[in-house]
Amino acid sequence: MIYDPSITAVVVFFLFVGFTVGLSFYLGSKAKSSAGYFAAHGQIPWFINGVAFAGDYLSAASFLGICGMIAAYGYDGFLYSIGYLAGWIVALFVIAEPMKRLGKFTFADALDAKFNSPGIKAAAGISTLIVSVFYLIPQMVGAGVLIQPLLGFPHWVGVVLVGCVVITIVVTAGMVSTTWVQFLKGSLLVVFSAVLVVLVLKQGFRTDRNAFETIGPLAIASDNSDPGSDQANGLRTRIAQETGRSLYAAGAQPDAADSNDGWSESENYIRFASESDDGFDVFRIEQREDGMYLTEAQAKTVNTDGKTLIGGLPKGTDNGERTLKPVGHLSRLPEEFNAPDSDDGSANASEETGRLGPIQFFDVLRRSEVTLWGSDRIAGTDGTVTTVYYQKPTSGSRVLRPGEHPRFAGIRSGRWTDRVNFLSLMLALFCGTASLPHILIRYYTVKDAAAARKSTIVGIASIGFFYVLTLYLGLGAMTSGTLDVTNSNMAAPLLARGISDLLFAIISAIAFTTVLGTVSGLILASSGAVAHDLLGGVMGVQFSEGNQVRVAKIAAVVVGAISIVLGILFQNLNVSYLVGWAFSIAASANLPALVMLLFWKRTTAAGIIASVVVGMFSSLGWILLSADTFGKVYGIDPASSPIPFSQPGIVTIPLALLTLVVVSLMTQKAR
Amino acid sequence: MSEQPDSPLDAEATQKASRLGLTLFFIYTLVYLGFVLLNAFAADTMDTVVVAGLNLAIVYGFGLIIVAIVMAFIYGFASRTDNAVAAPTSSDHGSTTDGTEGSAK
Repeated sequence: MIYDPSITAVVVFFLFVGFTVGLSFYLGSKAKSSAGYFAAHGQIPWFINGVAFAGDYLSAASFLGICGMIAAYGYDGFLYSIGYLAGWIVALFVIAEPMKRLGKFTFADALDAKFNSPGIKAAAGISTLIVSVFYLIPQMVGAGVLIQPLLGFPHWVGVVLVGCVVITIVVTAGMVSTTWVQFLKGSLLVVFSAVLVVLVLKQGFRTDRNAFETIGPLAIASDNSDPGSDQANGLRTRIAQETGRSLYAAGAQPDAADSNDGWSESENYIRFASESDDGFDVFRIEQREDGMYLTEAQAKTVNTDGKTLIGGLPKGTDNGERTLKPVGHLSRLPEEFNAPDSDDGSANASEETGRLGPIQFFDVLRRSEVTLWGSDRIAGTDGTVTTVYYQKPTSGSRVLRPGEHPRFAGIRSGRWTDRVNFLSLMLALFCGTASLPHILIRYYTVKDAAAARKSTIVGIASIGFFYVLTLYLGLGAMTSGTLDVTNSNMAAPLLARGISDLLFAIISAIAFTTVLGTVSGLILASSGAVAHDLLGGVMGVQFSEGNQVRVAKIAAVVVGAISIVLGILFQNLNVSYLVGWAFSIAASANLPALVMLLFWKRTTAAGIIASVVVGMFSSLGWILLSADTFGKVYGIDPASSPIPFSQPGIVTIPLALLTLVVVSLMTQKAR
Repeated sequence: MSEQPDSPLDAEATQKASRLGLTLFFIYTLVYLGFVLLNAFAADTMDTVVVAGLNLAIVYGFGLIIVAIVMAFIYGFASRTDNAVAAPTSSDHGSTTDGTEGSAK
């Protein structure tokens, strides 16, 4: 798809940036001391802090990733919503109040409260840095991925822009301005998502059978006795005769590849010469009970010189160029919505439900049929790679249950490794939230334990409400007819565009500012880890008040610069994996130590250090050796991975816990 | 709990609140565990239509989110009454936490 960047989106976004940066400078005088810079003097009202939790926590992965995953596969994305929210129960009931009582500025403070051990500060500081960087990379890459379609700038501009704005916010007023940015972003995100959901429900569902063509049934039996390209070509000729259309001949195109582009070997597809331009229309050949059907598909070819062709023509909007069509529609609604005269062959009549209630929405969808899209890869010997996107009519009941996304399909496969992998992921989500350093430092910005508890409750309410909305947003996008078949991350903004251009501008700008809020929290957490934990606590550098803040600000600039570089370097990496990594590492390294410190009196300093180190490196090592990483990051055969399943949590969290118990028992005297 | 509260009254209030907190925590963990295990070992049960045309996946999933919010409010409400009862001592407690912070200012 080609995106027309909206001027309104650019304006809305820069208004927001201008406002937050201005606010930061205005608040700058309040953050001269360490207490001001790291913890906003503990003076943030609990309600503000609660909404800021939402602004801190609901990253681009939550908003765009989850909605996109639901739009493409259905319910599975919602499993993340459930896990991410459940983690807050751990935060509220177990972590919130002790965290506030024990610590001062950083997560390491709390862990070290009873021991004053440089070793704990070092281990916790390093784990803060590792978790934050793993969390930062996907946010920065996300900023780059978003800016192109939303605001019309190239990838690196997005990364640099976010980096610079965030560094400015953090350096001018530390936690004070970070909190207000997150508060603004959190409230905008929740409010406008709610507006979008109301509009989706008001619109209801609509069938669209004209968007893509279906031909059939054809009276041709596919003959499987002699598979091979000759036989396939014979079949194609017969189909062409039957339908009265002419086959596409690649040779007719001066710059198109010849017959070795892989098409002739792929038996599932047929290409007709287009009747309106020089390109081709590709159809998927399907055998159904009453004969052969052809369903329209879309093809994107990337040539060896990097040029992209859509249906045989250059990608673009000019004459002689083509773009991929927007997708996502219902092919059938439940009977009660059928047009009265639909039995006289007018299958093309469009039906609609009109306004739907929030419960009726799911009931109607469950009894409808949705067209999802799958993809096939056709590689030619000449180096061209074609991706064919084909229609996958799917019963509504299947998109409302878990197990359709490849990552979750394992729960239906019956293999025990797949099931353990699923359990492991859900465990990491449950334990990860309460051990993310950038979330934990928010507890120091309120005045006492009661305020910490109240702000967590506000956080849970706003985050929970938002996650309920994600299911409506995702399923609304799935049936909106505006999706980009190549990029599911754009689902939420594109859903908004289907409704109104202004809403699209606002949602785009919010999506982008979502990155700002989360990144500023992460950079602040990292700068605290460097200046307060590692330099101050471990190396014993004695800072005067002003100097510690200055060092923390320099650390923020350095971490910010590193994340800009990483965001540009990793632009082609599948970013959604990295957030999962950060959760697994945080849960393994930080949570066992924190929980045992609170509930087991015999915990020793050595036990905590060992637990953090073992949790951190075992989960990191597991991830780097997993089949997911082999396939998606290094590009090696996933089957050669030595690790039986990809999610480390279920092994490494108990391992860290066990390490803590064993080492603590061995070092009882050291107390 | 590992921290040592300063006065018996305060200790009682804190313990009462944290006991409720831990009880709620264990209930929620069991409910969450039930959801995860059902998905992992009996995924087909999620298709069952439970009420008003909603299947178990939707009802249980939304339920987990709503229960979390409700529990959070119950806990907040219960802790607030605890604090009110132990008001004089809890302000004492507040000043001790401020003591650690005060050194930084």
